[in-house]
Amino acid sequence: MRIQLIVIALLLQISSVAHADAIYEKTLGNGLKVIVKEDHRAPVVVQQVWYHVGSMDERTGTTGVAHVLEHMMFKGTKDVPVGQFSKIIAAAGGRENAFTSYDYTAYFQQLHKSRLPLAMRLESDRMHNLQMAKKEFDKEIKVVMEERRWRTDDDPHALMNEKLMATAFPEHPYHNPVIGWMVDIQNMTAADALNWYKTWYAPNDATLVIAGDVKADDVFALAQRYYGGIPAVKLPFRKAVGESKQLGIQRIVVKAPAELPYLIMAYHAPTLRDAGKDWKPYALEMLAGVLDGNSSARLNKALVRDQQVAIDVDAGYDSVARGPGLFVLEGTPSEGKTVGDVERALREQMALLVRDGVNADELKRVKAQVMAAEVYKRDSVFYQAMQIGQMESDGLSYKDIPVMLQKLQAVTAQQVQDVAREIFNDDQLTVATLDPQPLSGRPQHIPAGAAHVH
Amino acid sequence: MFTRFLTTAVLLCVATGAFATPQIQHWHAPSGARVYFVEDHGLPMLDVAVSFPAGSGFDVAGKVGVSSLTFGMLDLGAQGLSEDDISRKLADIGAQMGGQFDPDRAGLTMRTLSSAAERNAALDIMGSCLQQPLFPETILTREKARLIASLKEEETRPESIADKAFGKAVFGAHPYGWHMEVADVEKIQRDELESFYHDHYSARHAVVALMGDVTRAQAEAIAQQLTANLPAGGASAQIAPVLIRIKPSEQRIPHPATQSHILIGTPGIARNDEDYFPLYVGNYILGGGGFVSRLMNEVREKRGMAYSVYSYFMPMQQPGAFQIGLQTKKEQADESLRLVRETLRTFIDKGVTEKELRAAKQNITGGFPLRIDSNRKILDYLSVIGFYELPLTYLDDFTDKVNKVTTKQIHDAFKRRIDPDALATVIVGAPVEANPQPTTGRAEMAPSEEKAGAAK
Repeated sequence: MRIQLIVIALLLQISSVAHADAIYEKTLGNGLKVIVKEDHRAPVVVQQVWYHVGSMDERTGTTGVAHVLEHMMFKGTKDVPVGQFSKIIAAAGGRENAFTSYDYTAYFQQLHKSRLPLAMRLESDRMHNLQMAKKEFDKEIKVVMEERRWRTDDDPHALMNEKLMATAFPEHPYHNPVIGWMVDIQNMTAADALNWYKTWYAPNDATLVIAGDVKADDVFALAQRYYGGIPAVKLPFRKAVGESKQLGIQRIVVKAPAELPYLIMAYHAPTLRDAGKDWKPYALEMLAGVLDGNSSARLNKALVRDQQVAIDVDAGYDSVARGPGLFVLEGTPSEGKTVGDVERALREQMALLVRDGVNADELKRVKAQVMAAEVYKRDSVFYQAMQIGQMESDGLSYKDIPVMLQKLQAVTAQQVQDVAREIFNDDQLTVATLDPQPLSGRPQHIPAGAAHVH
Repeated sequence: MFTRFLTTAVLLCVATGAFATPQIQHWHAPSGARVYFVEDHGLPMLDVAVSFPAGSGFDVAGKVGVSSLTFGMLDLGAQGLSEDDISRKLADIGAQMGGQFDPDRAGLTMRTLSSAAERNAALDIMGSCLQQPLFPETILTREKARLIASLKEEETRPESIADKAFGKAVFGAHPYGWHMEVADVEKIQRDELESFYHDHYSARHAVVALMGDVTRAQAEAIAQQLTANLPAGGASAQIAPVLIRIKPSEQRIPHPATQSHILIGTPGIARNDEDYFPLYVGNYILGGGGFVSRLMNEVREKRGMAYSVYSYFMPMQQPGAFQIGLQTKKEQADESLRLVRETLRTFIDKGVTEKELRAAKQNITGGFPLRIDSNRKILDYLSVIGFYELPLTYLDDFTDKVNKVTTKQIHDAFKRRIDPDALATVIVGAPVEANPQPTTGRAEMAPSEEKAGAAK
């Protein structure tokens, strides 16, 4: 529904702490992995169920089905009829929602710690008892179309991102948007959603993360009681998917109603596979921090503050993903400047970095931010659970979280320069530009009104 | 994000269960600032917020946007610190300085490690930004250009166009309804920022909130350090009254988007309104309660007509808006609008059932611990309690107040406060009609220009 087709990974640049409260895990007989993060600061608990299936597991013609099913998961079981799930959680003082990404689909509830059994009863019930009434599907699919219109079709930057992904990944399923192509949503059937559910929703394809004011042993006992009896399912063999090497720069233009042009430059980049052995993803995280870690970092300082060629600029990279990564630079030209000007200015910064590397102060600054963020992270139980769930869903482990932190601290200036030299390669680049179109039918000027009465 | 629509409205609404609320310590700093502090050594970090009655509601006619730019320039140069010094020095210690700006309030927030070296460095910088901002001319020129560009972009976005038209229709000439225009920003001068800062950022009206790992003695010193050298001030902390009754209006604004963006509303209530609790609980049932609200049930769950539909009251120093919003594909905009209006009318005519009220209370009171489960959330409450001078027992009392609300009070309060025949409606990306209705603005202008500017 519900939350979004997230890219939470952005939040995740950082990893976890060695000195935080302990994390406990246990795998039930049916394959459900249960991970408990005790945090006793407030009498609350969060339950998150992470299914290790996302839009990247979809096939041509049914893109968006992972997200559609996420919506349908609120549409009732035999014991908990349509509408009741939300009502029961609300009456327990809880909050609940769900989100779908390329890599996974997750459901959560936040409540007073005494209500955890209730949340587990409901969540375990819909893990294997979902009903797929056509009547409910027919209504909900319309909601999803509205969601797509709102989230993507009427948002120029979101449209650009969608086209950019489709261009940068001609082969890998990251090609398709998480919400799905409109024509696929229009042609989706209740049978498609049910088939998805039956194929992928099983205890042996999920991780249950519980964080908050609980005791691990109590949680394991509850988990056994509510989830333990759900049969495991034989999951389909997942064929490896990949992306062939890009053979030259790709450029696309997106026309949409807007005032300002926009530029996105996306370079193929590796993601973490072995948290202990890899080094490039960590160097790339540092690179993103050096370029854009604070408002005086290189990009904002050069393009927005000094040269004033852009009104905003951004660098982003996520090291944690099931699939391949992108290192992305974006910016909005200032009045009188073009996307070409912004691209030139960005390239100048990349060239500087490749030629001269980064200085010790810059690197130290990014590392200080990483370390502080580790402490701040502990202010949010929800976020800590998110981080665990995402790691587990992306082929890593929560045990890698402290490893990642150490590895980030160990990145050298030479590594940052080396990785920049390697990935800032035109043959691996996709450039998308927004060509703003006038709003035909727009009144000459929206009556300015109150602000001009004076 | 679905929740995006709810957070502002529910921020202040808390209810206790059997759960200890934070012990709020309160005093006046020697500077005159009001200080609110919760001592908590659970995490080695400190959150601080300093706010002033200096939001956009304090702009005066002819100088719209001055408040916003004054706020925006606070961290772009202070005595002895260039803008780059500020951001780099903060990054060096992993501190995060942010801001907060709305129609009533403006101020800075700081999150830092509580270890002495980091904390002192962070608070020194925050103190300089608050007390010795320089508003450098060259940076102002740059920031104006950036702002103008983004305003032009906003003019193309359906949600921004809708917000702007709605503000005007609901608040008329009152500053709560003003939105910066390009022409406003173009003429803003540096001395206007200086002068706004000196008038509105005074210790006398400052509210300092502190949450986290410091002692009372340290908190006292910090509050004083952050406010001792603020300007003397002089401007009133009061915003001109909002005219509550408006005449009905409907604006249909074309836009090429696939969806229509619909907003419906009227001036609502002030922060200290005695109907606050009945209206808050009632609104949970109408459109504040997410998937269990009536609006969501009618529009989305039963008919699949929108991804999001909501209603909220925005309680401000003066009555902020009561607002209903949704987006739906153009072809069904009129049908959705009828449905929403009908749902609201039924709600106001017939009130709520005992069962609905019970469910609402269960959620609001049962969910209380989630509202104060982090330092960040507690800091926000401290700030609000301080700024609006709510009782220190606000958090402790909340459950009782929610539990005492009756169906009759809800019915009565909504009937008196929301007239379904006198609402402003804005439809951006409106379906094309055979005979387009002329755009009707707000028929009855609220406070006169003179009154609107009286805050100055």
